Amino acid sequence: MGIEIPILLLVGALLTTGVYLVLDRTLLRVVIGLGLLSNGTHLLLLSTGGLEEGAAPVLAHGVSTVVDPLPQALILTAIVISFGVTALLLTISYGVYERYRSDDLRELHGRLDDE
Amino acid sequence: MSNLPIIPVALPLVAGIVLALIRERTVASRAVSLLVNCVGLGVAWSLMMKVQSEGIQTLGFGGWAAPYGIFFAVDMLSALMVLVTMVVSTATLLFACFSLDEFRERRFFYAFFQFLLVGVNGSFLTGDLFNLFVWFEVLLISSYALMVLGSEGYQLQETFKYLVINAVSSMLFLIGVAVIYSLTGTLNMADLSVKLALVEDQGAVAAVAVIFMMVFGLKGGLFPLYMWLPRAYFAPPTVISALFGGLLTKVGVYALFRTTSLMFVDNVPFTLPVLIVVSAGTMFFGVLGALAQWDFKRVLSYHIVSQIGYMIMGLAIYTPLALAGAIFYIVHHILVKTALFLIAAAVEKLRGTTNLARLGGVMESRPALAVLFMIAGLSLAGVPPLSGFVAKLMLIRGGLEEQSYFIVVVSVLVSFLTLFSMMKIFRYGFWRSSESADLDETGAGMRIVATSVLVGAGIVLGLGAVWVLPYAELAAEQMLDTQGYIDAVLGPGASN
Repeated sequence: MGIEIPILLLVGALLTTGVYLVLDRTLLRVVIGLGLLSNGTHLLLLSTGGLEEGAAPVLAHGVSTVVDPLPQALILTAIVISFGVTALLLTISYGVYERYRSDDLRELHGRLDDE
Repeated sequence: MSNLPIIPVALPLVAGIVLALIRERTVASRAVSLLVNCVGLGVAWSLMMKVQSEGIQTLGFGGWAAPYGIFFAVDMLSALMVLVTMVVSTATLLFACFSLDEFRERRFFYAFFQFLLVGVNGSFLTGDLFNLFVWFEVLLISSYALMVLGSEGYQLQETFKYLVINAVSSMLFLIGVAVIYSLTGTLNMADLSVKLALVEDQGAVAAVAVIFMMVFGLKGGLFPLYMWLPRAYFAPPTVISALFGGLLTKVGVYALFRTTSLMFVDNVPFTLPVLIVVSAGTMFFGVLGALAQWDFKRVLSYHIVSQIGYMIMGLAIYTPLALAGAIFYIVHHILVKTALFLIAAAVEKLRGTTNLARLGGVMESRPALAVLFMIAGLSLAGVPPLSGFVAKLMLIRGGLEEQSYFIVVVSVLVSFLTLFSMMKIFRYGFWRSSESADLDETGAGMRIVATSVLVGAGIVLGLGAVWVLPYAELAAEQMLDTQGYIDAVLGPGASN
């Protein structure tokens, strides 16, 4: 049980920082914020199965301590997805920057609405 | 257990990979996509017939026993959604073949189109919560790519916002999955339906219900979370907006239907009252947004929001009649809304703009388009004998039987405003005389054919409601009978 509390505190810190950065008006900070949000979520997902020190998610003869393998499979999938999404988001942000030479959402707002 | 349920997912997946490899050959790409979609249409039809004759179909992958493996569970609602998805995607594809520019066609348009279908069909068919998340991501990533395809300034900016909003809601989805897994130790939706009732801490279950309502509310464009939708759907070429407007938000609505009926109605007392308020807000503020707009595409985008309110109204009333009405409404809405967007796309091709202040005179130069718009627009507003009327009548009767007068009054009022807004488009876009000249266009005939298919399907849905209603009623019946769903997935008696 002991190991979960610090992990959950870490999850809370990651999610708060992530939300703060997503609400920022600079494109790159939004991207980084989303990265933190997804890392926090993945840690939360991992901790749901119960964390056990020194145990593997494999059940074999003569092994008494195991951890639930399902959360590990889930975050593996989620990490791959968030990796792909972040890569795409970076590409789009770079596209916006290259076109308008600005990464401030407030500044972009007025300009793009005129089109 | 037959392998039929996996085919609507596997077929476009294979086709998408093939299409990515032959992207430079546009003619071959068009032929392959259309062929695959027609086959998919046949498969979806036979799947629906099978569900009708044999009941809920399940398919477990990898030979794992009931709650452990990943399951596809196809009831009538899923089968209907897959069928109507294949109908509108085939018509949209036909339209796209004759309207999209060469640049986009060569930049993987057809491949992403098929991957989008993989995600949409997967979401409709799966019976596993985490699997639903994965299919959502498949369709979202394809939709990001389709939305930004062409990289115009406005597209880049709107896709960025659309992506961030959806990525945040996906994180919320994952948090919901994490909490629900730690509460119950399962992710199979049928199993969850059984186990959520046994959870000691019912407050946590209520929290999860709120998280899922927010997630699907964001993805489905519900009040007060719909703000992203109208601008995002304005960004891509109109034919792509047509596909999004018809299908994407409805996946969110479907997921809300599925999770609410299986998991939250029995366990969380405030689900339905909250949904009533949400549905009234969605209808009313959506239509107000539409009234304020002066652009064909923006008006239609706001109407998506408004119409989603009607679907949620059926869910919130939660009687067999209202649910059947809501399911009928979803089918009607997907067909008619896509048709309206395709008409907007055809008008844009004709005049180079969708701004109503600068449009006009389409009735003289393209009477067929004006007639198609008239039929689809009246159907959306709910004028008899078209399909929108049947759907709204069922919803309102359902509401009156339950004495939910508030929502009934709002829905009737919103219908009038919808009619007003459709007439505004007709009057300024089509009817009044205009000096503006038609652009030189190729493929106009095929675009009208593609649109007519959908409008025709809408007319059949309205006049032939007698034949379609049994399917909607069966779907509603299966939705209310959660025990039947549980037995079909876990095996009879497993819930005890």
